[in-house]
Amino acid sequence: MSVVTSDQSAARRFGLGQAGAVCAALVLLLCLMVADLITGPAGLPLADVLRGLADGPAGEDRRLAVILWNLRMPQTIMAALVGCTLGIAGLMMQTILNNPLASPYTLGFSASAGFGAALVILFGSALPVAMWIGVPLAAFAATLIAAALVYLVARYRGASPEMLVLAGIAVLFLFQSLQSLLQFMAAPEVLQQIVFWLFGSLLKASWTSVKVLCVILALTLPFILREVWNLTALRLGDGNAASLGLNVDALRRRVLVLVALLTAGAVSFTGTIGFVGLIAPHVGRSLVGEDHRFGLPMAGIMGAVVLVAASVIGKAISPGAVIPVGIITAIAGIPMLLAIILMKGRR
Amino acid sequence: MSLILDGFTVDASRRSLLRIDALRLPSTGLVAVIGPNGAGKSTLLKALAGVIAYGGTRSLDGAWPAPERIGFMPQDFAVSAAMSVADCVLLGRRERLGWRVTAQDRAEVARALTALNLDALSGRRMDRLSGGQQQRVLLAQRLIRDPRVLILDEPTSALDLHHQLEVLDHLRALSATRLILAALHDLTLAARYADHIVFLENGELVMAGPTADVLQTPCLNRAYRIDSEILQDRTGSAVIVAHRAVSN
Repeated sequence: MSVVTSDQSAARRFGLGQAGAVCAALVLLLCLMVADLITGPAGLPLADVLRGLADGPAGEDRRLAVILWNLRMPQTIMAALVGCTLGIAGLMMQTILNNPLASPYTLGFSASAGFGAALVILFGSALPVAMWIGVPLAAFAATLIAAALVYLVARYRGASPEMLVLAGIAVLFLFQSLQSLLQFMAAPEVLQQIVFWLFGSLLKASWTSVKVLCVILALTLPFILREVWNLTALRLGDGNAASLGLNVDALRRRVLVLVALLTAGAVSFTGTIGFVGLIAPHVGRSLVGEDHRFGLPMAGIMGAVVLVAASVIGKAISPGAVIPVGIITAIAGIPMLLAIILMKGRR
Repeated sequence: MSLILDGFTVDASRRSLLRIDALRLPSTGLVAVIGPNGAGKSTLLKALAGVIAYGGTRSLDGAWPAPERIGFMPQDFAVSAAMSVADCVLLGRRERLGWRVTAQDRAEVARALTALNLDALSGRRMDRLSGGQQQRVLLAQRLIRDPRVLILDEPTSALDLHHQLEVLDHLRALSATRLILAALHDLTLAARYADHIVFLENGELVMAGPTADVLQTPCLNRAYRIDSEILQDRTGSAVIVAHRAVSN
């Protein structure tokens, strides 16, 4: 980074370049979303997609309208929303745990969601609610229960990163064990359903899930935006942040609640899609730096970019079938994770 | 008007870390907090800064300044974040920052950097600075808060001789209008720059008062377990020379 001496370049340093990067990432995301709408077993050319978008859901070409608006659009928007949610939650988790390898799932939230989903898949027939709503509800509730356990430990023993991670590990093993127990009890065809849910797939997306996730984002974003300077200050380390008058324990607990809500919303409808919440914050941070005013939107957009790109790849590499995005992100995420570790070591 | 501590205590796990029955100091000036390792210097400064819980009362001019008027720099200050020096200093105005960084915010950052001769580092990344450079940047970050009380735990620990004197000269100038409490291990620097000394030992107040009254060899020898001598340099300032460590 160059040494800044003039006021003009100082203005650039304080935001203009970062805002430009966020806008460029947004354009990239929109292009990928169009690519995702074009890609799929039914094979729609760009001209048809654009015509279908212009005609709307009630367009005259019913086949086109149904494929575009009822099947592909909810999946594309859901991919962007889930990616965005996991990216934002991932950056917040990495900041409060002061750990570049943290993700929204670090504290056992994915294992708890998997347990909740598996519980309803196994015993759902005995419940008075339909499976399509029972599974996400149970995953959502189980994630919040896991978060509550971690929160309680943080409330009584302090919210240091070490304490949160220890509590998270305990929660992770608890729910993983319970999930294994359910899988052991399940009949082969039920086990297959549980495993498919755990893969993480956008095929479960619908307009209902899109609306629910939009509501969760709309409810949490105002609280997240209030914390941007506090989270940036936390990057200076606990001692420095506290000496600037910041109650770091209280901040960690508030952010933990927000991360839990975002993660619960993201995984409950699509399953546990890995690596997005780990990779997106790193890509975002490398583009706009530590300033969370730009880092959080950028992590969100990059999360959406990664997941929509994975969706395109999942559909493109196996015409006629769709590989679950959770598998694509996991395969693509491992080299990215290694790259992060190697770059970190070099620094 | 003055800084007043009454029945000021810090406890951890039923163990007393600090006990000051009564302490009165002027409301402005540079106060050096001295004492051997484990005397309670950092504990006193952290408690005054409100970072750790304490018992008793503290007041400055009848009340205690709001958190945004307190500048505290802890002993463990190392920053590993890849943020620019200017952005780091800007965070000193955390409570006053809106979504947009204003021209006034930028001007305050520039002023704080200039005050400590840090303009050349403005665009550099914090994680690529030396310990001494980081320490000066973080001091600038605290100064941007325009603190009524500046509480510094070993503010010169990572600095070379030139920057130790430069920083203490600057703090001395600032202390005309505010109270600065600084834990110092270098007793010669304390003798040269401090108006008052707070001398702690084993978590208790040994003595507090004007520098010349407190810095006396019998007291230093006993508390630090040394054989010391106080000389005068060519400017007339005291120089504390420790000849040898004395075992019990």
